[in-house]
Amino acid sequence: MSERVVVTGLGVIAPNANGLRDFELALRKGRSGLRANAEMREAGFSCQVAGVPQGVDAIATSYFAEDELLAMNSSHRFASIAAVDAWLDAGLARPERGDDRVDWGSGAVLGTGIGGMDTIAARIVPYVNEKKVRRLGSTAVEQVMASGISARVSGLLALGNQVTTNSSACSTGTEALALGAARIRAGLAERMLCGGAEGASHYIWAGFDAMRVLARGFNEEPEKASRPLSASASGFIPGSGAGVLMLESLSSARARGARVYAELLGSAVNCGGHRGGGSMTAPNPESVRRCIRAALADAGTPSSAVDLINGHLTATAADPVEVASWSAALERPPASFPLITSTKSMIGHALGAAGAIESVATVLMLQHGFVHPSINCEDLHPEVAAFSASIPHAVRETPELRVAIKAGFGFGDVNACVVFRKWNASGARSEP
Amino acid sequence: MREAEVFETVVKILTPHAKNQAALAGVKMDTNILDDLKVNSARLVDVVLAFEDAFDIEIADEEVDSVNTVGDCVRLVLAKAS
Repeated sequence: MSERVVVTGLGVIAPNANGLRDFELALRKGRSGLRANAEMREAGFSCQVAGVPQGVDAIATSYFAEDELLAMNSSHRFASIAAVDAWLDAGLARPERGDDRVDWGSGAVLGTGIGGMDTIAARIVPYVNEKKVRRLGSTAVEQVMASGISARVSGLLALGNQVTTNSSACSTGTEALALGAARIRAGLAERMLCGGAEGASHYIWAGFDAMRVLARGFNEEPEKASRPLSASASGFIPGSGAGVLMLESLSSARARGARVYAELLGSAVNCGGHRGGGSMTAPNPESVRRCIRAALADAGTPSSAVDLINGHLTATAADPVEVASWSAALERPPASFPLITSTKSMIGHALGAAGAIESVATVLMLQHGFVHPSINCEDLHPEVAAFSASIPHAVRETPELRVAIKAGFGFGDVNACVVFRKWNASGARSEP
Repeated sequence: MREAEVFETVVKILTPHAKNQAALAGVKMDTNILDDLKVNSARLVDVVLAFEDAFDIEIADEEVDSVNTVGDCVRLVLAKAS
C-alpha cells in the first residue's frame, strides 16, 4: 500500500509578506505587494510594476553565514529562507554546519522557471564581453546552474535523499509538489521539501514585456495592476519569491508526532502537446480539463467535494477560458461552482515560484478556514460574470472548508494540479 | 608595505570564507587556510581576486598552487608588491 502524503511544514517569501503569520494576515486583508519598479522604468519597459519581497537581505543575513551569502543571488536567498522556515515549521532542528551527519530520508524538489538570470546579467555577460572571464570567480556556476536552488538547500539542511530542480515554466511550483509526493508515496523518501523560487530581476521579466503579456496602463497604480478575472485585465504583473512545503509520509509524521496541516490527496501533471488550441504560450483546454480530472481521480475525491479553487488566473485573456475549463472539468455550472480565488491578484505572477507560494496560501486557507479575496476584479470580466457568487472580493470566513484544489499552467502547454484536504484535529481523514 | 599590514588585510579577505570562526579568532602566520580555517577550496579563486584588488598586483594560477597558509599569502603579496 502506498504511503499517504501530508503537509507538515510551510515557508514563504512573497511580495506582500515574509513568513506564515504575516502572509496569512496579508492574504486575509487583500494586501497587495506590487510596487512601481525603478529598473523597469529606467529600461523603458511598458509594464513598470513588479512584485518583489521586501526586507529579504536582513533575513538572509540573520539566517546564513557570511561565506554562504557570497554565492546566493535573489532566487537562492528566497528559496533558502523559505526552505529553512518550512524545515523549522515542521518541527525539525536545523543541522549545525560542523555536524557531518546526513539525513538520508529527506530530499527536495525545488523548481525555478528562469533561474539565475540576475547573475547572468549582472556578472557573466558583462565580464565575458569585457574579456575578464577570470573575474567571475568561483560563485557564478552555482548561481546559474538550473539546480542551484535545490543544491543550495541540500547543503543548508544536510539532505541525503533525491535533491533536484524541476522546471516547467509557470506550472513549476505545483509540479514540484506532484513530483515530491510521488516519491514519498512510493516509499522512496520520508520527507521532501517541495516548491519553487524565482528571482527578482527585470532581466527575467524583459522578454515577457516584449511579448506584450505584462499589464499595461497601471504603472501609476501598482496595487491595482494585477487584475485576474477583471474586464480591465491587460496582462500579468511579474512577481518573485519562494514557497516551500514540507511533504512527509503520514507514517513518518505520526512517528515523530508532527503537526499536520493538510493531506496532499492527489496530483497530476500533463501536457497539451501544442494541439487543440494549445501552443508554446497557450494551454490546450482539453489537457487542462484532463489534468484537473486526473488529479481528482488520483485523490479519490469526487469533483462535488471541491470547496475551493486557487486558480492559475494570471490576469490575461486566458482567465475566462480557465474558469470555463474548471467548470467543465468539475462538471459544476455557475450555480454549484466552488469558491475560486487568485493569489496573483496580490503578489503578481511569480513564475516558477507561483504554484508553490499559492499552495502555501491554499494550505493556510484550509488550516485557518478562510478564503482570501481575489482583489482588483470588481469589474468582473463578462465571460465570468455568471460565476460572481464564487469570487470573493473580501475575505470569507469558511470554517467548513475541507477540500481545495490548486493548478498551474505553463508555457510549453504544461499543466500541474494538486488536491489538498484539511487535516482534522483527531488525525483521521475528514470525509469529503 | 609592512608584514603586519599585509597580514591584517589577508585575514580580512579570508574572514567571510572561513567556516571555522574559532580558528579565525586565533589566526597566525602558520594557520592553514583549508585545513584550519575550513575555507572551501573552490573559493580560493575569489580570495586571490580579492588579493589582486586590495594590493594592486597580479597573481598567476601556478603561484596559487604553493599557497597553503596565511603566511604563504603574506609572503606572496609582499614579494609581488615590492
